Amino acid sequence: MNWRHKDLLEISQLSPSEIGHVFETAARFAEVNQRPIKKVPILKGKSVVLFFAEASTRTKTSFDMAGKRLSADTFSLAKSGSSLQKGESLKDTALTLQAMNPDAIVIRHWDSGAARFLAERLECSIINAGDGWHAHPTQALLDGFTLSRVWDSFEGKTVCILGDVAHSRVARSDVELLTMLGARVRVCAPRTLLPAAVSTWPVEVFSDVGRACAGVDAVICLRLQLERQQAGLLPDLREYAGTYGLAPRHLEKANPGVKIMHPGPMNRGLEIASELADCGSSLILDQVAAGVAVRMTLLHLYLTRSRVSA
Amino acid sequence: MAHVDLLIRNVSWQGRDCDLLVGDGKVVELVDAGAVQASGARVVDGGGLMLLPSLIDAHVHLREPGQEYKEDIASGLSAAAGGGFGQVMAMANTSPVNDNASVTRLMLQKAALAFPKGPWVRPVGALTVGLAGKELAPAGELARAGCVALSNDGVPVENTELFRRAMEYAADFGLKVIDHCEDPWLGRGGVMNEGEISGRLGLKGVPSVSEAMQVARDILLASYLNLPIHLAHISCRESVELIARAKERGVPVTAETCPHYLLWDETRVGNYDTSVRVNPPLRTRDDVLALRQAVRTGVIDILVTDHAPHAAHEKEVTFADAPNGISGLDTALSLTYELVRSGELDFADVARLWCWRTADIFGLPANRMQPGDPADFVLFDPDLAWVASAEALLSKGKNTPCLDKEVPGRVMAHYLGGEEVFSR
Repeated sequence: MNWRHKDLLEISQLSPSEIGHVFETAARFAEVNQRPIKKVPILKGKSVVLFFAEASTRTKTSFDMAGKRLSADTFSLAKSGSSLQKGESLKDTALTLQAMNPDAIVIRHWDSGAARFLAERLECSIINAGDGWHAHPTQALLDGFTLSRVWDSFEGKTVCILGDVAHSRVARSDVELLTMLGARVRVCAPRTLLPAAVSTWPVEVFSDVGRACAGVDAVICLRLQLERQQAGLLPDLREYAGTYGLAPRHLEKANPGVKIMHPGPMNRGLEIASELADCGSSLILDQVAAGVAVRMTLLHLYLTRSRVSA
Repeated sequence: MAHVDLLIRNVSWQGRDCDLLVGDGKVVELVDAGAVQASGARVVDGGGLMLLPSLIDAHVHLREPGQEYKEDIASGLSAAAGGGFGQVMAMANTSPVNDNASVTRLMLQKAALAFPKGPWVRPVGALTVGLAGKELAPAGELARAGCVALSNDGVPVENTELFRRAMEYAADFGLKVIDHCEDPWLGRGGVMNEGEISGRLGLKGVPSVSEAMQVARDILLASYLNLPIHLAHISCRESVELIARAKERGVPVTAETCPHYLLWDETRVGNYDTSVRVNPPLRTRDDVLALRQAVRTGVIDILVTDHAPHAAHEKEVTFADAPNGISGLDTALSLTYELVRSGELDFADVARLWCWRTADIFGLPANRMQPGDPADFVLFDPDLAWVASAEALLSKGKNTPCLDKEVPGRVMAHYLGGEEVFSR
């Protein structure tokens, strides 16, 4: 496929066939990741900056591993000790990175729109690894890829996204991706954790977890940030766990073979019952494995786009 | 006939071809074109341009003292002169805050030095010391030094008891209180209108009721105290409805809005365009329509720019990090003319909204084209479109969504007291 995009900022940039291509390619890389020798030379000589202004372990490690398995050189830039902490503007940090001529910058930042801010200013590819509450397209792609490995099709499937949708970039990107692929999407959260004007989203909105999970084929639990309670959006964590935490009883009316997912890191016993995280229908560790394969795919597509289009 | 020393020939006043006769800095008469020969007077050919009274902007931020890298009084007044504004009411959120006579005098002196013949700065004093909302600022001292109103603009007074006392105290000096209406808690930290777009972009929203709640508070206080209040930069339908009802009941409330609220809605945020980050935020299409209706009917009395210049690098950040504000003096009349062109307003509305009613509210001089009025006027070319490039904008603040876009209508000359203060 002729990859026409310079940057990956949000799912809506992609077409269903491009997403399908990502999944097909990721399946091949997933196979590479099962080999004794996992390194392939396709991005040899390419350099990727991992610019994680906001703390991240799994996403950053996943990108790092993806880059290294393709033989790209990866360079990390974290907020602590970086120039951002010394008061340098995002623009100057970006221009400084650009001057070092990397082939791609993977950015995680606390402000919505930060990835686009870089993409509008820099010539190299920008991969959004999470910007504020806005988008986390690589997470959505790995969620979709994970489900594509267990489902023949997304048509006719129903997915419930449970938890703090308002402040979740994962939820926004998952809604875009899953609806684009033909799944029906539900969101379930206390009203204080639903985004403004959620009625304009292509989703069904629930406040009761049991009802939200009736007839679903997968549940994606979202991490609850503990500061939401301090912000007055929740009474307390015990109340949240008892009312909105996913428990086995909520899944009694789910479709047979319902899958449990979580983007991590999990608060066990808060948004998800521990036994569900570990049960046979949990895909949580499959998501982590898929993350590496999907990010290998994305680095491959975005870093070789000029050769493809030439 | 009184002495005539300046004759502006061939101008269009509200659809009529006219000559304007000026003597000793005042309007002598506005007559039909060619009706009068004024021997000995200097004659200027108006070339058929549109005549407007010099405008008054009741809400600008000139940034001096303290933030001269954004704007200074000289650059702000130069944008005012070129934008058609003869008087600008400068808000108090300078550094130091304009809460005492020495800051007021400094502003007036700087203005007189830069533009001795005008445009004029009309300072707005702080309502509370340091805008901190704790103690009343010395209204008497501020009035004597030249302040024409008081406001805590940008930092609304949370303490309603103090706000009530400030209204009462200011009234004794004939100073109107201008209130920036924003609930201190509801939507705190929000960066755009709360709604579909904020939800999609993942930005914290400010609901329109945050403004309307304080509008309601102010109306209730104004009604209870029978004291006037002027409501700054109204942005939403709920506020318009409250003001309309209050005016029907005779509450002494007046209100302003800005061209950007009449022209643009929240969709202009697009993909995090910081040039439209402004407080209050751009609202919905429905709010835009309510505001247009309100300025036509007079529910909203006047237009202001809320001219808020910033340095380019300050807006070249993420949306959440960007300061609020649009630089407005250079383009306000062009943007208003867009509304005239689309039939939303006519030129009589422009004179009322940008000059006459403003002068009524704040007790300022204005040219109503009557004999004896100050000969403060603008010659405006409605057919000349121009590109609002960084070079074309006279303000230091290039932070406008119009930057590098074509806008219609251009001020060609600006006279104050019968003297040309600007021409292009």
